[in-house]
Amino acid sequence: MTGAGRMLSGFAALVYVLILAPIVVVVMLAFSADNFILFPPSGYSLRWFRQLAGNGPLLAALWLSVQIAAVVTLCSLAIGVPAALALAKGRFRGKGALTSFFLAPLLLPTLITGLALLLFFSPLKLAATLPGLVLGHMTVTVPFVIRMMTTALANLPDDIEAAAATLGAPPWRVVRRVTLPLATPGLIACACLSFLLSFDETVISLFIAGPRASTLPVEMVRYVEGRTDPLVAALSVVLIVATLAVVLVVERLVGVARAVGR
Amino acid sequence: MTASRRLSLLLVPAALFLLAIYVWPSLGLFRNAFNEVGPTGAMIPAWSLQTWRATLHDSFTIELTLNSLWLSTVATLIALCLAYPVSLFLFRTESRFRGLLAVVAILPMLVSGVVRVFGWLAILGDRGLVNTTLQALGLISAPLKLVFNWTGVTIGLAESIMPYMILALLAGFGRLDRTLEEAARSLGASPFRTFWRVTLPLSLPAIALAAGLGFVLSMSAYITPKLLGGGRVFVLATEIFEQATTNTNWPVASVLAIYTLLLLLVLLAASNLVARRLQR
Repeated sequence: MTGAGRMLSGFAALVYVLILAPIVVVVMLAFSADNFILFPPSGYSLRWFRQLAGNGPLLAALWLSVQIAAVVTLCSLAIGVPAALALAKGRFRGKGALTSFFLAPLLLPTLITGLALLLFFSPLKLAATLPGLVLGHMTVTVPFVIRMMTTALANLPDDIEAAAATLGAPPWRVVRRVTLPLATPGLIACACLSFLLSFDETVISLFIAGPRASTLPVEMVRYVEGRTDPLVAALSVVLIVATLAVVLVVERLVGVARAVGR
Repeated sequence: MTASRRLSLLLVPAALFLLAIYVWPSLGLFRNAFNEVGPTGAMIPAWSLQTWRATLHDSFTIELTLNSLWLSTVATLIALCLAYPVSLFLFRTESRFRGLLAVVAILPMLVSGVVRVFGWLAILGDRGLVNTTLQALGLISAPLKLVFNWTGVTIGLAESIMPYMILALLAGFGRLDRTLEEAARSLGASPFRTFWRVTLPLSLPAIALAAGLGFVLSMSAYITPKLLGGGRVFVLATEIFEQATTNTNWPVASVLAIYTLLLLLVLLAASNLVARRLQR
């Protein structure tokens, strides 16, 4: 008895249809010619993409989200990778407890984090500002970077670093010339996923976004609450294509299932 | 200073960041739960249990709790029934597309939640896929109400937690020993009997952990109940958000948040306990 068996495969195929249904439907709806959500559409056109290209607020939010995600990713790598290096290579007391401390924010719901940040930022006048959004997203991405890079760095072979050290390279040089180059695929994958995490972050942003600092997911939630037309579907297609590109890069470099799993 | 000591200095920036932007705000949330709300709705700094008493005695809080628990139970059960066969398939398949199939199974967790909710609106809405198909077949005359109510929220939630549960199940299946199944089969057990008496019992710890994870994610989900519920579905998560933003009633929002967190901790501990019991 090898493989999955016919009955199991059949059932799995049905579930796959269900998993993909919302995404496929959104893509088809984006090319709808109707004024409202009608599925299947009565005709197909590119009118909603043209509408999207002329929608200032949504495009501004998209651009803002890209900028925030880029800053968030850079800052998270800057403080997360050194911490991961220490956790993966260092031998000191309390390492287990420190690791749990760094990963704890990933276990708590973002609903609670978002509320805590709203209460913290409001008196400091950081709510509804760009620095506020960046710091808020980093509560998710910094622990994520630490988790992913600790695993990636711990899995690197120790003997090459040991060889470099034996040959007289000082520790900094070993890290710069051996460890980091070896970890480059993991680093790129980590940067991609951290960008995606920040770009898609919705709940924390909903708590701390304001009229002048509103990210794309927040604008999309507000749009869907107010109206139901295929404009959001057209926007979704753009996002899905971009996400797929990122996912492909990550899959090539390290494997998605390994990167997002615990 | 030893090399290892110097290495541990690299932890300082990340530790300072989390202390300032995560630990301190969390303590602030805790502090807010003990403030009072004046008759005008203004917050009065205090150390009292007034907000706790008022919130926990409110019959609406009890209703919200039951709603959250019921919704999470149903969504988790549905997701489990769908995620289990997919995980078992991915665990067993020898297809060369296994890697790709695994990525597709967890793809939804990488696509924005708002996009998927929008997809469900197009499938379940009055003029969505399900209703237009059923009407074309002449099975119904008026569209079924499938969104902006509990049905839509349950379906959307089950779909959104499924990828996480598939990953948890796959991780847990590592303990499944194929030789035991083969032994049962060669001793004459039917495939169904083999599954029921060997495969399923062996995977119970994985099921307990996946169910615990799905439940916690459902309890704290906000976007799906908010958008697919259309303002008619009230759970703890939606109420916490409303109290914090629309009502700016921070003490009540904080009390509800801590209350929800405690509920989740109890449920998580229970699911871990069950998983450990089953592993013996």
